[in-house]
Amino acid sequence: MFSFKPDRSQYPAPGPDGKLEVDLETGKYLKLWHGPNHPGITGNMSVELTVCGDEVVEGKTHVGYLHRGFEKLMERRTFIQVFPIVCRVCVPEPDFNEYCYAAAVEELAGIEVPEMASWIRTLILEMGRFNSYMMAMGGISGALGLGVVGQWMTYVRDIMLDRFEELTGARIYHMFILPGGVRAHLPEGFEARMEEVLQTAERYLADAENLMFKSSVFKTRTQGVGVIDPALFERFGVTGPNARAGGVAKDVRKDSPYLVYDQLEFTVHTEEASDIYARTLVRYKDLLETIQLIRQILRKMPKEGEVMTNLPNVLHWKIPRGETYIKGESSRGEYGYYLVTDGTGYPRRVNVRGPSYTHAMALLEHLIPGTNISDVAALMVSLHTYPPEIER
Amino acid sequence: MREILYRLKDRYHLGTPTFQRTDLCFVTVRRDEIRAILTELRDMEGFTHLTFLTAVDWIEEQLFQLTYMVNNREANLSLGLRVLLDREDATGDTIHDLWPTAATYQRELREMFGIKFPGSPRVDEEFILEGWTDLPPYRRDFDTLAYSQQTYNDRPGRVTHDPKTHMQKTLYPSYPKGAK
Repeated sequence: MFSFKPDRSQYPAPGPDGKLEVDLETGKYLKLWHGPNHPGITGNMSVELTVCGDEVVEGKTHVGYLHRGFEKLMERRTFIQVFPIVCRVCVPEPDFNEYCYAAAVEELAGIEVPEMASWIRTLILEMGRFNSYMMAMGGISGALGLGVVGQWMTYVRDIMLDRFEELTGARIYHMFILPGGVRAHLPEGFEARMEEVLQTAERYLADAENLMFKSSVFKTRTQGVGVIDPALFERFGVTGPNARAGGVAKDVRKDSPYLVYDQLEFTVHTEEASDIYARTLVRYKDLLETIQLIRQILRKMPKEGEVMTNLPNVLHWKIPRGETYIKGESSRGEYGYYLVTDGTGYPRRVNVRGPSYTHAMALLEHLIPGTNISDVAALMVSLHTYPPEIER
Repeated sequence: MREILYRLKDRYHLGTPTFQRTDLCFVTVRRDEIRAILTELRDMEGFTHLTFLTAVDWIEEQLFQLTYMVNNREANLSLGLRVLLDREDATGDTIHDLWPTAATYQRELREMFGIKFPGSPRVDEEFILEGWTDLPPYRRDFDTLAYSQQTYNDRPGRVTHDPKTHMQKTLYPSYPKGAK
């Protein structure tokens, strides 16, 4: 098996301010930009690498390519006008933003959500998780040269987007979860059409499993590579599949259940190796669990009931002064919204806590030194980060 | 949660806590005690996870509020610690040695709110903005609309319609009756 043992002794150590002083004039070191357009990056983000030969000596994450000042824009809009903005914070899994923001508004305004709406919200979140994992599986295989898996996953995600379109009227940004509930009931015959999608997904995933987890090339390039020491999890705020791949069985859905997760049965999958292979395997198992969860939700949910409670006039809606933090388990880890209100009709402050914030910045910059250039793409994608969560 | 606050209250100056939920509480602490409280919470009370660090601009009161959200994963408790800073010369204490990931939050707060964190690694490096010389943009007194109107010009040849009258003319040309 390929083994790469860097000799760190020949490179200067970073100073107390975290900066590495290397003299590029010597010709020994080279600056290399990894991104912002690169197949090994999900979204527009780049890493400034300092390399010596093919070993990376330092990596700095650069973000800002997508910055539109979402949090600032929200402060200028009424509570209901914020909805077209929140979903745009995360493209592959936008519903989580809608849920967290809606739940924060509901908590501060004292609004009760009908039970039927909670079930549909849970369904929507799991469908979003399914799509996000599909992109993650396609991304990691694409970064390692298995482009065909990426094409399969994109196809399966596309037919799930058809279900989103049928349910919400939109494919990417749904704006379906609002304070007080959701916008509509499930359409007629939705369950049967969803079952077709899930069966297709299982067929493709079985092929993908053979191609990825039984492939010697995939194993060689991922096993023992990009290992995150579990001792770093707390210091770097690592959550979600990245932590579960290192044996930490933490999942917000289990630990502090929200919506109807306390009525659902599911397993929190863990691995021990904490390398790229383990992280991919945890996501694969989670994806299969999500498929079962969608079936379970459709089977257990009530067949009728109110989906939206009565709201005050949203054009003159004022929420008393307060603050809260709502969190949930997205496909990448703990996702949350911190909402501060001041008694007016506008939010005083909205802060998005995305798991990518820590995974793609501090953690990635900590992991990169000492890796081989060819492993950087796989390492980045294995952390499953989405840059808009960093720069909001 | 109450027991933890009672234990802290013996030695630190805590404000009146706000129990938002059974698993979430906010409390105001003094700036010179925040590092000691966070260290104690992390090492003695199991609040090992720094969920986020952010700021709120209370411009009417000339204050910045720093919110440190820490989480005890075993007990599923979240504690939000508020630190109020004078808005004129806002300086916070760095906690990057407690949680390395805090350096990123502090770098962002330096850029977006202009809050200084002396000693935090790379805190003065650009984070999201590039070549920004204006007021820190997430402050309340930074007017995004005025900034965009001053900075960007409308593309020539474009016409802006009032949505109400334009849609009425497009969709209901004969409404009100007799109008065209």
